[in-house]
Amino acid sequence: MSNLWGDSLSGFWSAWIIVISLGTIGISAWLLFSNRHTDKTPDADGNVETTGHAADGIEEYDNALPKWWFQLFVGTVVFALGYLVLYPGLGNFQGLLGWSQEKQWEQEVAQAEERFAPIFEQYQEIPIPELAKDQEAMQVAERIFLNNCAVCHGSNARGGYGFPNLTDNDWLYGGEPQNIVTTLTNGRNGLMPSWQQLGEDNIENLTQYVLSLSGEDHDSARADKGESTFMSVCAACHGPDATGNTSLGSANLTDNIWLYKKPEQSVADSIRQTLHNGRNGHMPAQATYIGEDKVHLVAAYVYSLRYDNQEG
Amino acid sequence: MNTTLEHPTYNYKVVRQFAIMTVVWGIIGMTLGVIIASELVWPQLNLGLPWTSFGRLRPLHTNAVIFAFGGSALMGTSYYVVQRTCQTRLFSDKLAAFTFWGWQAVIVAAVVSLPLGYTTTKEYAELEWPINILIAVVWVTYAAVFLMTIKQRKTSHIYVANWFYAAFILTIAVLHIVNNAAIPVTPMYSTSIYAGAVDAMVQWWYGHNAVGFFLTAGFLGMMYYFVPKQAERPVYSYRLSIVHFWALIMVYMWAGPHHLHYTALPNWTQSLGMVLSIILLAPSWGGMINGMMTLSGAWHKLRTDPILRFLVVALSFYGMSTFEGPMMAVKTVNALSHYTDWTIGHVHAGALGWVAMITIGSMYHLIPRLFGRVQMHSVNLIAVHFWLATIGTVLYIASMWVNGIMQGLMWRAINPDGTLMYTFVEAVEASAPGYFVRLIGGLFWVTGMLIMAYNVYMTVKRREAVSEQPAPQAA
Repeated sequence: MSNLWGDSLSGFWSAWIIVISLGTIGISAWLLFSNRHTDKTPDADGNVETTGHAADGIEEYDNALPKWWFQLFVGTVVFALGYLVLYPGLGNFQGLLGWSQEKQWEQEVAQAEERFAPIFEQYQEIPIPELAKDQEAMQVAERIFLNNCAVCHGSNARGGYGFPNLTDNDWLYGGEPQNIVTTLTNGRNGLMPSWQQLGEDNIENLTQYVLSLSGEDHDSARADKGESTFMSVCAACHGPDATGNTSLGSANLTDNIWLYKKPEQSVADSIRQTLHNGRNGHMPAQATYIGEDKVHLVAAYVYSLRYDNQEG
Repeated sequence: MNTTLEHPTYNYKVVRQFAIMTVVWGIIGMTLGVIIASELVWPQLNLGLPWTSFGRLRPLHTNAVIFAFGGSALMGTSYYVVQRTCQTRLFSDKLAAFTFWGWQAVIVAAVVSLPLGYTTTKEYAELEWPINILIAVVWVTYAAVFLMTIKQRKTSHIYVANWFYAAFILTIAVLHIVNNAAIPVTPMYSTSIYAGAVDAMVQWWYGHNAVGFFLTAGFLGMMYYFVPKQAERPVYSYRLSIVHFWALIMVYMWAGPHHLHYTALPNWTQSLGMVLSIILLAPSWGGMINGMMTLSGAWHKLRTDPILRFLVVALSFYGMSTFEGPMMAVKTVNALSHYTDWTIGHVHAGALGWVAMITIGSMYHLIPRLFGRVQMHSVNLIAVHFWLATIGTVLYIASMWVNGIMQGLMWRAINPDGTLMYTFVEAVEASAPGYFVRLIGGLFWVTGMLIMAYNVYMTVKRREAVSEQPAPQAA
């Protein structure tokens, strides 16, 4: 009761809420009790006489309030008042139980931590390549993946437009255990800048050159012109041989894997679009959401996809 | 219009217009519902076009059934009831005509702007600011016509139906204006003047009172006239009317926060929303009891009168959904039901079972009287419509209960290691059979409405054939 006159609400507003909410409940109760009885006596059918007025031929009996309905009404009022004594509701009064949704959440999280943390902890010391072969651990890891990663990367981890396929051997940021853990822990921000300022002609030349790198159909005259632009503009990140750089996250342009190609789009169009507008890839950091223990497990799961792939 | 149809005292023209448009918008709104229900079963039915996508047609469906179908029914019946129970003509024929054409213009604007993607993103208040201004003008005019008619009444007493209609009209004016307060940015874009949790609270204060006043108080007004009229019995208890009317309009105002349980809304707001939602149970049931008990001594009429059956089943669904509502407002129940199809089922128990059934029953009473007929063209077709509507509603709400509870349980199910047992998409896949059953329920409803349209058409047409003779006395 000590903070009734000031905490989250100022004293006036706290008082205002208390007055109007109790007032509403009070007036409802008064309305109910003051109209409970009728002074008229029932006829043979059990109905009392009408009020005497008729509207378009409709008359109204003046029966007493049904007893069960009256009791129901009283019951809900009693429940409401009891609840408002126990739980926060009346302005700044926090209720006798000291309950709040934030505390309930914190408690539930703490209980879950206590119950489930040991399950994830047991895998911490096992190196990722070894953990990736542990069937039981991978079952647990798959569930974490499905509920946290699948929304972007797909439940089969094959990705989609803008979301990398995790089952192939193409890794923007490297596919070694430590790379995967870093990606999961801190997230990644990939930035391909827009090259609109080079002009349409250069963009088309570059497009044809990039197409030639993976053996796609291309205009070789333009590709030849594009090569020099590529070396001066693109090679800084993608490398002179265009195989990319995992420390920057720049894509390998020679493997015919196109992260930003929509299903109905041609490769050439997707390259043009990338050069025009640039791209922003964002992998959110997971450690803050799921904790390092689960990151370790999921990293092993992602690694196992690659591992399975190599086996197959 | 044939002059023999014109009532010597009352303005029936505007009532006839609204009554016909009630049927028309009912068919359109429910057909839209069937289309989006089909899209949930077969997503490719949106044809990959933005204008026919679920996200744009869903608000069109809700606006069409609530404001076009429900709104036309409420405005039409309120004009009829206020004239007959006050024994006076509408305050102004011209203003009444303006409310009819203005309201239809609002709906046409919705039909155009919502599929084009214009939306304020506020649920049940999606229309953009120029349309909102038109709504406000039409609504204030409607309030003026209705209240001035009451003021000019020739009776000493204001009948209970008019209390409910008046409360509905006044409150909707306040709700609409406050919730849609926005700063216009372009001719079809505006931003709300509220921010964050306050914006959410204002939206659901509006949203729940749209349910409480538009879909409940308004239709209780309808109930209080058409049930005793069709049953030819006095209303059960005048004092029950008084208690439940005042308690209902006072307590409904508080119930909005139950839409925002376990969110950024402060704890105290959530608690007040919950306990006052529970107190709302008895005032809501007061209306059901008063309607049901009015039938005591007339129950045998249910065997022969399908109109009365519509009205009584509407009251039953009203009682059921106003019990379900307070239960769903309890935090622990809400933690399971929120964001699931259970909510959709609950809304349709009210929208189909209560609102649409009471409207259709009232229309079957009203339309022959408006067009100078003793009764509808075919009473048997009313009975067919009744069964289609009842079975359709049951299929709809039962499938949504199953889906809702299943979704709620699937979302919270965890493995022994604490990870979630199901991914979201698995709950969506599991919902498909329920979506199909819901679609069947919707088809029952649309079929019933088409039968009603035929019956209404034949009733109106038959009137022309007999209009050479003096018009029969309107009841």
